[in-house]
Amino acid sequence: MAEIESHDYDVIVIGAGGAGLRAAIEARSRGLRTAVLCKSLFGKAHTVMAEGGIAAAMGNVNSGDNWQVHFRDTMRGGKFLNNWRMAELHATEAPQRVWELETYGALFDRTTDGRISQRNFGGHEYPRLAHVGDRTGLELIRTLQQQVVSLQQSDHAEHGDYEAGLRVFAEFTVTDLLLDGDRIAGTLGYWRENGRFVRLRAPAVVLATGGIGKSFKVTSNSWEYTGDGHALALRAGARLINMEFVQFHPTGMVWPPSVKGILVTESVRGDGGVLRDASGRRFMFDYIPEVFKESYADSPEEADRWYSDPDDNRRPPELLPRDEVARAINNEVKEGRGTPHGGVYLDVASRLSTEEIMRRLPSMHHQFKELADVDITSERMEVGPTCHYVMGGVEVDPDTAASSVPGLFAAGEVAGGMHGSNRLGGNSLSDLLVFGRRAGAGAAEYVAAARHASPDVSEEVVTEAVNSALAPFEVTDARGQENPYSLQAELQQVMNRLVGIIRDGGEMCAALEQLAEIKQRAARLAVPEGNRHFNPGWHLALDLRNMLAVSECVAAAALRRTESRGGHTRDDHPGMNPKWRGTLLGCELRDGSIEITEHEQPPMREDLLRLFSLEELGKYFTEEELAVVRTPS
Amino acid sequence: MGYRARLRVWRGDADSGELRDYEVDAEEGEVVLDLLHRLQATQCPDLAVRWNCKAGKCGSCSAEVNGRPRLTCMTRLSLFDTDETITVTPMRAFPVIKDLVCDVSYNYVKAREVPAFSPPEGLEPGEYRMQQRDVERSQEFRKCIECFLCQDTCHVIRDHSENKEAFSGPRFLMRVAELEMHPLDSHAEKGGDRPEEARGDHGLGLCNITKCCTEVCPEHIKITDNALIPLKERLADQRYDPLTMLFRRKRS
Repeated sequence: MAEIESHDYDVIVIGAGGAGLRAAIEARSRGLRTAVLCKSLFGKAHTVMAEGGIAAAMGNVNSGDNWQVHFRDTMRGGKFLNNWRMAELHATEAPQRVWELETYGALFDRTTDGRISQRNFGGHEYPRLAHVGDRTGLELIRTLQQQVVSLQQSDHAEHGDYEAGLRVFAEFTVTDLLLDGDRIAGTLGYWRENGRFVRLRAPAVVLATGGIGKSFKVTSNSWEYTGDGHALALRAGARLINMEFVQFHPTGMVWPPSVKGILVTESVRGDGGVLRDASGRRFMFDYIPEVFKESYADSPEEADRWYSDPDDNRRPPELLPRDEVARAINNEVKEGRGTPHGGVYLDVASRLSTEEIMRRLPSMHHQFKELADVDITSERMEVGPTCHYVMGGVEVDPDTAASSVPGLFAAGEVAGGMHGSNRLGGNSLSDLLVFGRRAGAGAAEYVAAARHASPDVSEEVVTEAVNSALAPFEVTDARGQENPYSLQAELQQVMNRLVGIIRDGGEMCAALEQLAEIKQRAARLAVPEGNRHFNPGWHLALDLRNMLAVSECVAAAALRRTESRGGHTRDDHPGMNPKWRGTLLGCELRDGSIEITEHEQPPMREDLLRLFSLEELGKYFTEEELAVVRTPS
Repeated sequence: MGYRARLRVWRGDADSGELRDYEVDAEEGEVVLDLLHRLQATQCPDLAVRWNCKAGKCGSCSAEVNGRPRLTCMTRLSLFDTDETITVTPMRAFPVIKDLVCDVSYNYVKAREVPAFSPPEGLEPGEYRMQQRDVERSQEFRKCIECFLCQDTCHVIRDHSENKEAFSGPRFLMRVAELEMHPLDSHAEKGGDRPEEARGDHGLGLCNITKCCTEVCPEHIKITDNALIPLKERLADQRYDPLTMLFRRKRS
């Protein structure tokens, strides 16, 4: 094989969203030569689509807020399946990470006394989300992008080279992690523009590739969300956890068909919007689950008073965690009370003045006006659940973001544990920053400790990986060829229909069978036309391998968990079972197939347990687990 | 209400290319990007087109539709008659890579030439205080999704690539304005001069405020009125103030 382009780095970050960029900034700031590899252009990552805000207990709007309250909300949202140490680190460090963005030049909306304004969101007890209108993700990505540029400018001043310490490889797809024994030795990838392969050597790799939503038909996720990092980690020998938990955001657009799934921000409800059935009835009061009865209003009157007097009234049920609201909408539609296009109404027009709507929700106004001919200042929106986020991901050490593979780190959506069985809105952007930074630091420390070693792989390994990525060009017999676009559409149908928001054992067995069949056919995926020069058909053929591996994990883990919790709802096992709370399902790749394993959750530290009332804990934990707090400390 | 839409798409690479005609199914409520995707899935699997969010938030799917710079994900088919041919071509101001994908690296080069936000001395993270009305001006410019349609349409570079060296384009002149209006930027305290840099390093003088950039901005940012003109005025105050001019002449 001809010599291929090759580079040496200390740390490689895969993904240029919030987690990837924050990790890269951290690694570079600690003096490490860092590469960022991203599938799209720089600045287009999925983070840009986040709308509502960044959750951080700064207490700017309600001084009652602090990290303990945020921690409690996060654990409740995840139905106590969360990795408690991650939830603790997240709640304590989020404010610092947000303030730091201001030193990079971010401009958040302000309170009257000039501090960062914070808004209400589902599952958060106090107004907690730092925001910029409803385009917070854009502000986050641009701020981090500009901080990367700022560091590159310092490098240019010092070394005469912008890319001396930190280089972004844009429109670059990683096909393989390279391993020296069981340790990370770098990555293999290719330039999307010309299909040329590039080998990058580095002792540490940070996965920050986001989620898997493109495996579902109705999704708020972009083409990039094909589970690349999840699949790379599996193939490198790491374990994924919590893959059965997929979040369906309650409010995606449902009409017209071409925009079905596009996100409608939770801020609409945070700022006063309410959900109504076809007859105009506010139905969420019928869906307050037992575990949340104490904190949610049971009448519209009390709910409406809460906006002006949150201390003496309970919260509106529209602000329940996302899994609850999504199931409620699903049920309304199923029982025939939905809108003509199979959704429910989200009404902000009758709740806020036109000026307020234009100021707080400008991009929602724009989106509905341009894509659906709906003026949200005078008309109701039609909304329904859409696949939005995967709680599952690479199992990592909470403090360093290290996976079980030496040299492999993961942060953001591709990492698992932090959000348990269901993520609260606003906790994603803060997750990216807190654990992006920790992953960058973790990788830097790992590299420093392993300074003497320079892991590498043989030419044969690289050649084999290149050949495997080029395989779709070799399938030339037209009769057996599979078209990547059709196969992707089939996969999305299977996942949407059989492993969607409401699940059932029989359906998931069927899903696994169909996935196995698709997987077999995927061996004959062909590039129908064209060469390696910017060829989306080839790109998709490669992405599909990852989508298939990840879909199998979701379906197999979902079949194994015989209870309903957070983002995993089973018709045949409707209740939550405390025994399952203490169990995590792991996915590992063994001889080419996915194996599901059960693991015990580490018991929560006593001082953190004591942040909750015994009564509340009793709804989630077994008696044995609570023995430690039954006695006064 | 499905129908067969007529689509004319530029196919080719840096060396050669041509407009090709296609017919593709169209459904109610669809946008031009939907047609391009269907074309990919059914007729041209190797058609190169950039896209990400399909909701007007990421600025990836920029192209020219019937000659007008647009986001294809926000261009509704209802804008056209059902028997009208919709012509989609790559952005003209940038070199083509393949089909509708062009080389936009010029923009990333220019982005690196604008000195970054300079944090104020003596303020720790968490101590920043700014009033909403003071941040709003820069916030308008930070709505920019970097679709580069303003760059594409700007006549200074659209048909004059020789000007690219000296001219950073509306997007990055607006970035200078954004930093100049940032309440806590300390670039000037550290010896910088953003309006002067806009003139000297980014070619502000080449802009003759025809407002084409503002017209094509999918975020409806008033680039000319709110960013470029104020920057020019600031520069005029500094540079062409009769007293300062006198001092400057005396010194030299």
